[in-house]
Amino acid sequence: MRRYISAYFTDEEDLLRASKILMEKEISILDVLTPFPVHGLDKVLGLKESKLPTVGFIAGAIGTIFAFGFQTWAFVVDYPLFIGGKPHFAIPAFIPITFEVTVLFAAFAMVFAFLFRSKLGLGAKNKIHDERITDDRFVIIIDANESDEHFENVKNILEHEDAHDIQLKENQ
Amino acid sequence: MNTNYIISKKTKRVFLSISVIGILLIALGFLFQNPESKNIWMSVLLNNLYFLFLSLFGVLFIALHKIAHSGWHVSLKRIPEALSTFLPYAAVLMFLLIFGMHDLYHWTHHDLHDPIIEGKSAYLNVPFFFIRMAVYFAGWIGLSYLLRKNSMSQDLSDDYKYHKQGKVLAALFMAFFAVSSSTMSWDWIMSVDPHWFSTLFGWYVFIGLFVSGIAAFILIIAFLKSQGHLEFVNKEHLHDLGKYLFGFSIFWMYLWFFQYMLIWYSHIPEETIYFAQRLNGFPVLFFTILVLNFLFPFLALMTRNAKRNIKWLAMVASVVLIGQWLNIYLMLSPGILGETAQIGFIEIGAACLYLGGFLWVIFNALSKKPLLCKNDPFLEESFHYET
Repeated sequence: MRRYISAYFTDEEDLLRASKILMEKEISILDVLTPFPVHGLDKVLGLKESKLPTVGFIAGAIGTIFAFGFQTWAFVVDYPLFIGGKPHFAIPAFIPITFEVTVLFAAFAMVFAFLFRSKLGLGAKNKIHDERITDDRFVIIIDANESDEHFENVKNILEHEDAHDIQLKENQ
Repeated sequence: MNTNYIISKKTKRVFLSISVIGILLIALGFLFQNPESKNIWMSVLLNNLYFLFLSLFGVLFIALHKIAHSGWHVSLKRIPEALSTFLPYAAVLMFLLIFGMHDLYHWTHHDLHDPIIEGKSAYLNVPFFFIRMAVYFAGWIGLSYLLRKNSMSQDLSDDYKYHKQGKVLAALFMAFFAVSSSTMSWDWIMSVDPHWFSTLFGWYVFIGLFVSGIAAFILIIAFLKSQGHLEFVNKEHLHDLGKYLFGFSIFWMYLWFFQYMLIWYSHIPEETIYFAQRLNGFPVLFFTILVLNFLFPFLALMTRNAKRNIKWLAMVASVVLIGQWLNIYLMLSPGILGETAQIGFIEIGAACLYLGGFLWVIFNALSKKPLLCKNDPFLEESFHYET
């Protein structure tokens, strides 16, 4: 059984200020749910930079090598044909296809890596905390397993920062 | 916050010594290399174009961001404004070509008996060439002057009408530049090979202009920051400039490649001669340009941290600036000097001479006005900008 506190905000400025204060008091924030990306929130929460670009780069490089290598093998080694009086190993003609395959590999790899890391994809359960966070509410989820005074303490801080619906919840 | 920049004696001495080194190199070139008049005019045209492009970028940057309602650039806008103050000097230097037309442009010769050039003579003739030149410069200098004046009046009054006026001027400049950037590249660059043509050429030259301008912009910011100015320019602004440099280097490559590939595919002798001359005469330079202008910035600026580190960004920008200079060199020299041309003392010396003068003009213009503008409605947004 896991206990957590959820607090709602109507404005992203309040949310940012409250997150900052919570981080300063070293109260651990489990998650922040927002209907749209909030500028500066990553910095306040001290989130690490995403590794998704690295995935994209590696997959793109594989795509480049694969596309160029495959065309070279097909047109030079396996089935050489004369096309338009060009040499078999015609680099300029390979470049557009190499470029497209690079983009394709990088894009697919990034989408699937993202789905895998965030446990989304086919058959994933709908885990929306509250319908309102898809519309106009911002939510901070705070760990509440420490002690009973913890809740009162957090509630005091957050009420001061214009939060509403501050609740202690449990899930299995 | 002190926003006044005063050009120090030391900086002035550095600019002067760059020019003096240039003059010494040119003297060396005259002593050892026996340059023909063609070589000299070629250097004049090359450096005229290069520094004209950097200066034109200044106006373009302001106009582009004004009509796009951009906020982030506002705190930086004094620097492109200063870049555009070089335009009148560039005009004077460009009109020097009156004396060099015979050496530079084959189509000005009288006894050609060449049906292709005769067919183009309605456009390519000397009087019309200079009329067009006068029109371009009148438009560019006039609109850049009005834009600068508008920005200065905005500093003095918080009337919203200046913002609106600025947008009209910016839109006028964009419309004028859209046409003139294309035709100027036909006139001044493409016509050195009067038989050859490419419909993509104007865009290709334009994107070279944009990339080299961004690189110069970054270097000026890096210099001013190292002197302790521009504390309001933070990593977010650098990140955006880095993205520009990264993105437009890729776009430059895109246009380069599609000009090359279509000519390679269709294999028509009249068209392939352009690349045949350049590949046979300058194989090393040909591929060096691709590495300096595309491969290096592409790999060096790929990560987020690289774009936010000013030293790294300035290093990449200087490589790109050299690459773009070589790019213009390779567009001009095979047509004017033939396949045996080489980059010698004259070319490098002339570039140094121009660079010294260019920096002198730019930094003098910077020191005349405060580095931070006032009363622009987007100014506050520019301080809080985040990518």
